[in-house]
Amino acid sequence: MKTFNIGGVHPHDNKQFSAHQPITECPLPKQAIIPLVQHIGAPAQAVVKEGDKVKVGELLAKAGGFVSANICSPVSGTVTKIGDWTDAWGAPGQAVYIDVQGDEWLPEIDRTPDLIRSCTLEPKAIIDKISAAGIVGLGGACFPTHVKLMPPPGKKAEVLIVNGVECEPYLTCDHQLMLEHGEEIIIGIEILKRALGVDRAIIGIENNKKDAIEHMEKLAHTKLGISVQPLKLKYPQGGEKQLIDACIGRQVPSGALPIEVGAVVDNVATIYAVYEAVQKNKPLISRVMTVTGKQVAKPGNYMVRFGTPVDEVIALAGGVPAGTGKIIGGGPMMGRAMDHTEGMPANKRLSGLLFLPEAESIRPEEDNCIRCGKCVQACPMGLEPYLLQRLSELEMWDECEKHDVMDCIDCGCCVFTCPAHRRLLDGIRPAKAKVGAILRERAAAQAAEKK
Amino acid sequence: MAHFITSPAPHAHSGDSVRRNMLLVILALMPAYVVSVMEFGWGALITAAISVCACVLTEWVISRFLLKEQKQTIGDLSAVLTGLLLAFNLPSGIDWWIVLIGAVVAIGVGKMTFGGLGQNPFNPALVGRVFLLISFPAQMTTWPVAKGFETAYLDAETGATPLYYLKHIMKSGDTSFVDQLPALKDAFFGVMGGSLGEVSAAALILGGLILICCRVITWHIPVSIIATVALFSWIATPAGMEPQTFVGYELLTGGLMLGAFFMATDYVTSPMSAWGKIIFGIGIGFIMMVIRTWGNYPEGMSFAILIMNACVPLLNKIRPQRFGEKRK
Repeated sequence: MKTFNIGGVHPHDNKQFSAHQPITECPLPKQAIIPLVQHIGAPAQAVVKEGDKVKVGELLAKAGGFVSANICSPVSGTVTKIGDWTDAWGAPGQAVYIDVQGDEWLPEIDRTPDLIRSCTLEPKAIIDKISAAGIVGLGGACFPTHVKLMPPPGKKAEVLIVNGVECEPYLTCDHQLMLEHGEEIIIGIEILKRALGVDRAIIGIENNKKDAIEHMEKLAHTKLGISVQPLKLKYPQGGEKQLIDACIGRQVPSGALPIEVGAVVDNVATIYAVYEAVQKNKPLISRVMTVTGKQVAKPGNYMVRFGTPVDEVIALAGGVPAGTGKIIGGGPMMGRAMDHTEGMPANKRLSGLLFLPEAESIRPEEDNCIRCGKCVQACPMGLEPYLLQRLSELEMWDECEKHDVMDCIDCGCCVFTCPAHRRLLDGIRPAKAKVGAILRERAAAQAAEKK
Repeated sequence: MAHFITSPAPHAHSGDSVRRNMLLVILALMPAYVVSVMEFGWGALITAAISVCACVLTEWVISRFLLKEQKQTIGDLSAVLTGLLLAFNLPSGIDWWIVLIGAVVAIGVGKMTFGGLGQNPFNPALVGRVFLLISFPAQMTTWPVAKGFETAYLDAETGATPLYYLKHIMKSGDTSFVDQLPALKDAFFGVMGGSLGEVSAAALILGGLILICCRVITWHIPVSIIATVALFSWIATPAGMEPQTFVGYELLTGGLMLGAFFMATDYVTSPMSAWGKIIFGIGIGFIMMVIRTWGNYPEGMSFAILIMNACVPLLNKIRPQRFGEKRK
């Protein structure tokens, strides 16, 4: 069984709470809040105005640049407001508010459960459909999918790697999706193979989801060029670079994209969305969210329309458990702790809600670094986290750059493993921001000089 | 509006702690300590007790009264470990006040002057030991003979260590001393003279394996030290001795196993990256063999480790292999 080669840690996977809970439809909300930033890149530009009647699937906001994504209406009703909105972490933005009336869908959307297997569209037509549907990577990064499908000139994709790893502890949405919608995912893979012009696809799944491995193997069995690669359990295997290394043994160089080694990586949830968009004309308007935690009454996997307040999803799972210290959007390794839940809607970015009891919520006090080097052993990028944190503290940005701070993928392995409870990433993140800004400035200056 | 606790990711931790690591090292030293007590009796118990208590007390006094720290660090057990390691490096029959001086120097000079745990460039226990070796050469090289549980503390029978004979054989080429060496089997299990905790290679290797299995240390430092010493002594075998016998004695006597598994692997004073650790280990093995072969001291493990400790900042310039650097 394969895995990636450098570093990694073994957190307890804690998936037992919500694993194998069937995907349950979450009821429609009374009011939907649809943020205009649900992806990496430029915010989407609203194309509706107050008072407009919209149907499910109608375009609400169009992509605001090359790296950006459309946002389609997840509900039917009346647009009541387009205005300021603050997310659960205090970041300001814009959102479309819709009063929900009924559940009226655009007529071209096929809502039947029938599988549509054949796809004879040209690659360009497939990519256009994916782009129109506003599909972004649902594994966490939310990078617009259509951009990944258009390699820069001179680069050619050789293999599609399907991310079914779900290495974040607690989360089970991708696992359950593979079990319930495996066939759709296989069709989605064939569509993407067609769009990319590749003849090989590898589905990477970690060994703690044996039933998903078996299920997908059975489905892929008769398909030419699609194989399942079982992977040894190790975090952060779902990281793009780590997964490519694990599946095909190629390492994406520093600063480069996967296409550099001929790979394109897409998450299973993203591929399910591709199936729905291309075969059923259904844009990305909902996703599976895992609601879980040791004390959650009804942990489970819920199919939630975007815009639904998370409070309503939480209510389905039995409410906020007593003694909750932290509510995390996403998993415990890379998820973000929410200050509050009011006014926070489900969106493309939110793969789950995790409730941690108070005792697990407070970070222990830091001790002196004992120079054990465990962070160096754990770093999947081969960096020296102890050193980067120190250099950041001293504001030695050029040294940070020399020590490859920009390669850090934010996975949290160093902090997870540190016996002295050092908050290494608290220092490394600002260094990444600072060095990133310096690099952009330098590139701009160089471009100006050339002119 | 209900507010919840926020902090940057990650929100999970391995559960590892400084204290857990120190405790595991202390536990891994216990097999060797049991052998010491069986060989040297009361001397082993008293010396270790004085050393540990004095180290902990020194750290507490300095941090409480000199540095006026709010937070006391003796709970992390690193002072206990330093005390135990210092005792392991002393002859079991040594006077109690010498142990006391060693402990004060180890913690006071070796550790706290630099700012406590994590800041010291040199292994504190070895700073204490070498200070004593230079200050009290006679007492520090008076070795009680291992002859089962000994109730006498100070007046135990003494004798030379195998390394003394080995040195003599190497210098004079007189192989008649070979008869004075313990059988290799005895050297392996620790039925011979030497410092309190260094005698039983078997127990020390067992402890070292425990540490590697519990992921407290990695294999790089011990393996590179042992391999270097084996290779060096194979080449430097004196005439009249079988190379494998000579290699066996070099590996199993003196402070080699204690140093390789427990002293050189000290987190604070060893390099961070895998290649740094390997070079560090090779350096220790090489310097130690140079001292054993040509130096005035019969044993050079402490000096070798201290010299390589000084090279650690340099060795930390060796980067670990970055992702995407070599393969495509």
